[in-house]
Amino acid sequence: MRGLTLEATELWKERALIATEELRVYFKVKGANRPLKAVDGVSVSVEKGKTLGIVGESGSGKTTLAKAIVKLVKPTAGRIYFEGKDIYKLSKSEKKQFRRRVQMVFQDPFDAIDPIYSVYDAVSEGAKILGLTRSKSELDEIVFRALEQVRLTPAQDYAQRRVTSLSGGQRQRVAIARVLAMNPDALILDEPVSMLDASVRGEIMKIMGDLKIQGKTFVMITHDIATLKFFADEVVVMYLGRVMEVANSKEITRNPLHPYTQALVAAVPVPDPRYKVKSLAKGEIPSALNPPAGCPFHPRCPLAQEICRTQVPELRRVAPGRLAACHFV
Amino acid sequence: MVLVPILKAEGLSVDYFTQRGRLHAVSDVSFSLEEGESLGIVGESGSGKTTLATALLKLLPMNAEVVSGRVEIQGMDVLSMDEESLNKSLRWRVVSYVPQASQNALDPLYRIDDQFVETVHAHVDMPREEILHKAMELLLRVGVEPSKLRSYPWELSGGQKQRVMIALSLILKPKIVILDEPTTALDTIIQAQILELFRELKEYERLTAIFISHDISVISNVANRVGVMYAGRLVELGSSESVFYTPLHPYTQGLLKSVPDLRSDTPYSYIPGSPPDLVSPPSGCPFHPRCPLAMEICKKINPALEAYDGEHLVACHAVKR
Repeated sequence: MRGLTLEATELWKERALIATEELRVYFKVKGANRPLKAVDGVSVSVEKGKTLGIVGESGSGKTTLAKAIVKLVKPTAGRIYFEGKDIYKLSKSEKKQFRRRVQMVFQDPFDAIDPIYSVYDAVSEGAKILGLTRSKSELDEIVFRALEQVRLTPAQDYAQRRVTSLSGGQRQRVAIARVLAMNPDALILDEPVSMLDASVRGEIMKIMGDLKIQGKTFVMITHDIATLKFFADEVVVMYLGRVMEVANSKEITRNPLHPYTQALVAAVPVPDPRYKVKSLAKGEIPSALNPPAGCPFHPRCPLAQEICRTQVPELRRVAPGRLAACHFV
Repeated sequence: MVLVPILKAEGLSVDYFTQRGRLHAVSDVSFSLEEGESLGIVGESGSGKTTLATALLKLLPMNAEVVSGRVEIQGMDVLSMDEESLNKSLRWRVVSYVPQASQNALDPLYRIDDQFVETVHAHVDMPREEILHKAMELLLRVGVEPSKLRSYPWELSGGQKQRVMIALSLILKPKIVILDEPTTALDTIIQAQILELFRELKEYERLTAIFISHDISVISNVANRVGVMYAGRLVELGSSESVFYTPLHPYTQGLLKSVPDLRSDTPYSYIPGSPPDLVSPPSGCPFHPRCPLAMEICKKINPALEAYDGEHLVACHAVKR
């Protein structure tokens, strides 16, 4: 397996802003005699200014992959590249730059926040820790500008508010402003809208669309493939720590090739009583501590044959720009 | 044939006492439910869906007060009944309620079988053997291994717990089941499985149901009639076809446009602003600060829920009747 977006040459590592190569993240679990393979040989990449969507159910390893990219968990094997450089082999100053340039936005990061925390405190924190400003007025400017970028205006008024007094959608915008204050090149988003009411999700996605136009690179983790259709350029489908399918976001939702992706797409409800969801995959995702032999999806797959129980299908090119790991695609 | 509604709510209003004052969670809600119907109630967080559902069974928390209105279920005047008669003759036997986040409603210290027995005993006397026999049948019906009766809730996945809760709600063969956000927090594929299960149960067990969700696309999968709630009010009510194909209220229209639709390439939009504070709601129509059609009258007078076309009702000054 090589670079996914680009041709299988060594070039992809350099052209991608962020890339992983055969990444593995295993966790030791108390009482278990084998490791939990959260991420098991994943190679993905995203070019500067593009958006990579990673979709999968809970337990697919998508959040662990995101955390590995921002160095919150240590890989067991494999490499992660930022601008073609291994992120574990950066010089001291490059390390400092990396900490600023790649930022993760967590799902409801203010869940357990101190009630006296103001929006200003929340947004300025990262920039302060990284020592990005020399004066209070410089910091003010950065904070107000970040709040304007997420449309919390007038910024001066919002800065004084308590985070706890804001609505869910407003808090999520503060979470985005908080990382924007550090002027990152790449934003790694973990389910940025799934906790929010439908009527405000579109506004957050619009704000991120504007940031995309300004050249920011995104990796968006979600269980909702429909959101990715409209936001991502390329989509990676993960299941039990492995990549099942990779394709352009429009193609993968219009014509999913892997049976797991087909199940994900068929399960998305649409607001039209003539169209009902279908559950094409039976049962539930098994524990990554005890994954099935062969293709990890075979126990739930409607197409499973003998070969699927014994042989892991390789992720291979099945059409121009499309990869799938299935014996029957 | 004249259909007699099995459940009727009239002018129901519920307040909560909060530190900041009275919060008007449900305001003047009226609707009825006929046998065999599946009514979907859609609304965003804080729109009053759960308060409405719990008020129907007089299950409101201590800090809530029914300010006005009536609830009639199978001829019983629910709000005038005491706890004992509610437990003996209404709850679970006629109407069961599967609460929101019901994955957490199961007591982690008790095995599933004991939860079935305890639930049944709160409402009727029945030998343990008989309860467990029924429970096993129901678990099979909802797609859970009957052997799971001996499991603790924490040994089950989120999807399995939801199935167990649905089985538990059916144990006394109620006429009506109220499901509050039964698929929220589940993965898409598991949600699809639960929605399919619900449709099967509705068909084979001839359930009458109220299905509550914040997700209008989920509602289109399960409801044949839809009520849209906003700021504690029912702002639109009609058959599933009429609400989805000719939405009348600007809020319903906005909500439908906010859904990323896999079948089309049209980008989805959003409704600017956020829902009002129900301690001090805006004057007039509660949606007017976010409404693209708001007129002078909308700031002053709250529109009543009135018929637009037969059974299709809407509360909006801008709708021409």
